[in-house]
Parts: sequence; structure tokens; C-alpha cells
Amino acid sequence: MSLAAAATPRAGTAPPILTATALSARYGHIHALHGVDLRIGEGELVAVLGPNGAGKSTLLRAIMGLSANGGEVRFRGEALPRNDAVAVAARGIVLVPEGRGLFAPMSVSDNLELGAYRLRDKAEFARRRERVLTLFPRLKERLGQAAGSMSGGEQQMLALGRALMAGPKLLLLDEPSLGLAPRVTGEILETLGLLNREGLSIVLVEQKAPLALELANRVYLLSLGRIVAELDPDDITSHDDLAQHYFA
Amino acid sequence: MTTSPSITSPDRRRSGLVGLLPWLFAAGVVGYAMVVGGYAATVVSFALIYAVFVTGLNLFMGFAAQVSFGQNAFAAIGGYLSAVLTASHGWPPLPAMLLGIAAAVLVAAIVGFPTLRLKGHYLAMGTLAIGLITYEITVEWQSVTQGYMGISGIPPFGIGPYEVTSDRGQLILLSLVVAACAFAAARIRRSRFGRALSAVAGSEEAATALGIEVARYKLLAFLLSAGFAALAGSLFVHVVGFVSPEVFGLHMVIVTFTMLYVGGIGTVAGPLVGALIVSLLPETFRAFKDYQDLAYGAVLIVLLIYAPRGLASLFSPRGRS
Repeated sequence: MSLAAAATPRAGTAPPILTATALSARYGHIHALHGVDLRIGEGELVAVLGPNGAGKSTLLRAIMGLSANGGEVRFRGEALPRNDAVAVAARGIVLVPEGRGLFAPMSVSDNLELGAYRLRDKAEFARRRERVLTLFPRLKERLGQAAGSMSGGEQQMLALGRALMAGPKLLLLDEPSLGLAPRVTGEILETLGLLNREGLSIVLVEQKAPLALELANRVYLLSLGRIVAELDPDDITSHDDLAQHYFA
Repeated sequence: MTTSPSITSPDRRRSGLVGLLPWLFAAGVVGYAMVVGGYAATVVSFALIYAVFVTGLNLFMGFAAQVSFGQNAFAAIGGYLSAVLTASHGWPPLPAMLLGIAAAVLVAAIVGFPTLRLKGHYLAMGTLAIGLITYEITVEWQSVTQGYMGISGIPPFGIGPYEVTSDRGQLILLSLVVAACAFAAARIRRSRFGRALSAVAGSEEAATALGIEVARYKLLAFLLSAGFAALAGSLFVHVVGFVSPEVFGLHMVIVTFTMLYVGGIGTVAGPLVGALIVSLLPETFRAFKDYQDLAYGAVLIVLLIYAPRGLASLFSPRGRS
């Protein structure tokens, strides 16, 4: 605890877009998240790091209201309904889930369209689609192709593109680098950085710390369902540094 | 996540023509029955009625990837309401049919609301119970359904003074209904609603995270499916003129599942192709006498080995038509 307090970095400059208070989650009788307090600033890119099974995915799912959870989550000051992911999505919080959650047999174009399912404004739809295809030109070449037949990197681009079609105010990303070649991962993270500089707030869950540290404004370390440290990425110079926090 | 090996064919014209093949096959079979008449006409008429039912089943099981072993319950509700209202109360067939469909959809809404919270095998068991309970009611509620005796003297379908009594007339009427149902299914598939169902079929969780109201769309698909089932049930009693509990029993569940999978689950043409093939196959093997069922079973197995996604999927890119 003392470590976490000592390491409190420059958080708090931007007004919060999302705050979670005593957020807990469980699968059946197994508690995967214990009273997590979390704060995401407007326009911030916050990385959540932690080893396998730390509860990183669960944290994102709990924010979305996808898994049974307790505690409070506020979005721009307003309490979010719990256990109603559709309502959370309607506020502009969009999750790119673990494993991407693409509709594999459907075309790239149909997947993008489903991202903007709630949008009825055709002009805005066309604008967002154009934007996504500019960000990921490779998707443009594959619009008619089945999503499941593309490479892992292309699928991750589609997952991200589909999320952007929803017009997110806060993007939750669950291990976008999983199973991807380093070069492709770099490309995707670069795009995330670009989106963030344009003002999009992002929560990035990662197991590969170095990638996330390059981009993040702030880092939470999660271990065994608890936040064990909140760090400034600049303060972490080596892997050992990070490991120390896990075992503290 | 499942991966799909096939890719959209760039040659749209060719795939468009190939996509017509299932429909040409169906038109050929119906045309043949129309010319020959008699027994062939009867077999094809039943097949077309099944096609209506399976088209509805496909909305729920193919488009939305849910399971229901209980759609026969809604066919029974549609069929029995049509039978009782026309034969016992002297209603004309059309309003009886419409009321039957409305009642089936209402019942589907009442039972679907709690049942659709179940998933996978549990949903299968829950819906199976709906079918079994309805069957018991048709057997036991003798004052209305006349139990195993069944209800006879049900008038043929017709509007006002026009009654469809001839084999060929019924074939034409049923063909029109099936065409309308297939058209509706094709329109649904391409609609916003249809895309939402595809999303639900792909991943309920991903769909939810995109703000798609999964529970609502599942229920809607279930209601539509029940409506098609009731329409089929009502058509059946007016074509045959008789109804008994066995008509809508477990046999119907098994036959219609076979039709759906043989024809091609999730395709538009599949239900019709499956209904025709599964209805005609046993007739084709009549010459085998004692070995008829064996030959029928063998052909079904071969079909599902070489066309695991159904016959209609052979003619369409990405398994859709």
C-alpha cells in the first residue's frame, strides 16, 4: 500500500471521464475483482498491466457491465447502470473484447456496419466509415471478404475499426497485441496513439508491458484482482522495476 | 470465434446464376407435381407446408443461431385454432388462420420471455418442454380437441365463395405462400433486423458490447418463427381437412430439423430445398420395400457428409443465398 501511495503520479490534471469506486466482479462464486478504484482522465490513455489471471479482462467487462459486478462506475459524473451493457454502450463506451469478438462469417463491410448499429444518421455513418478506411487502408481492400478469413493483424484492425464506427467517447481495449507479429502490433499501437492525440480516451489492457508503457499517460498495475500500484510510465525504466511492484 | 474458410466470390454474375439453382429445382418439382397430380401433388403439398414451417424455424435457428425443439407447439396452436373455429364454430378459414397466428405469437411471447434467458442445451430442453406440454393439451382437452380422435370436416382454404379444393389449386396456393415466406426471409436477412440477428448468432457478448439489444432480437426472431409455424399448422389442417395430436408431435420436430440441416441452415433457399428433398426421398426409395428406411438414412448421412452446411449452401458464396 505504501508503495502505491508513494508512486502516485501526475494524475488529476484532466477532469475524469470515468471513475470506478470499489468495483468488484465475480464469475459464479469466484471473485475475480476486489474493490478496484480507478480514474480515467478526459483524453487520457491509461494502461492496465498485470500478469495472466490478474483480472484485467474482468475489469473491462465489469466496466461494460458484461459480468456480474458490484461497486459504482461513473461516466462523466453520471452513474452507469450495472449489468446492462447495451445501456453502457449507448453512452459511448466501446469495448474491443479479448479475442476481438468479430463476426467471422460476415464480411468486413457488414462488421463495420454493425459497429454503427445504433447510428441512424446516414451522413455521419458515411463519415465514420470513410475515417476508418483511411486509418486502415487494408480494410478497404478487403471490404467484401469474410472477417474470419483475414490475418490476425487485419482482424485486429477490423475490431478497432468496428469499435470506432460506434463513435466511442471511451475505448476499452483488451490485449490488442495478442497473437500478433511485433510489426503489426506496432502499427496498431501507432494508430491508438494517433486517436489518443486527437482526444479519444482509451483504457488499454496489456500483458506486454513495454508496448503499453510507450503510449500510456498513466499505468495501473493489477494483480490478483486488486490494483497494486499506480505509476507514471516514465518512472519505470526496467522490467525489474515493474516486477518489484507486482511482488511488493 | 469460428472462422469461415470461404471468401466472397468476386464473380457476382456467375454466383447469382448458381444461386438460382435451388429455386429452379423447387420450381421443377412443383411443376412436375402439378402436371402429374394425384399422390405426387399430395406429397409436394405437404412438403410446401413444411417449407413454411422450416422457413420460420430457420429465422430462429439459422439467422439467430438459437435452438428450439418446441416450434411444433405453435404449429399446433395455429392448426387447432383454425380447425376448431372453422369445423366447430363455422368461421371462414382466413380469419381463423389469422387468429391462430396471433394466438401462437402471443403464447410465444409469454413463454419466450422467460425461456429465452436459457442458452444452448438448456434452451433446447426448455423449448422441448413447450412442445410436449402443447401435445398433452391437444390430447387431454377432449371437449375442444376431441383428443386422439382428432377433428375432421375442416373446410378447405378459401376466401368468400372461392374455395381451393383441387390438388392443383392447393399446389398453386401453397407455392405462392412459400414464395412469399422465402421473400420475407430474404428481406429480413438483408434488413437492419437481419444484421442484428447475424450479430447475435456470431457472438451475443460482442453484439451486446456494440449496443445491440440481444434479448429483444432473440425474442423477435422467436415470435416471427412462431408465426410461420402457426401459418404452416393452419395451412395443414385446411389442406388435409383433418387434425389430430400426432400431426404436431415429436415426429414433426425430427422431420423439420432434418429438413433444415439437409437444406442448409441459415440460407434463404435451404428450408424449401430441405423440405422437398426430405419429403421426396422416402418416396423415391419405395421400390426398396423393407430397406426403404435404410436407404433413406444412408442418403441423409451422405448428404450431411458432403454438404455439411446443407444443399443450398453449395450454391452460394459464404453459405448464404
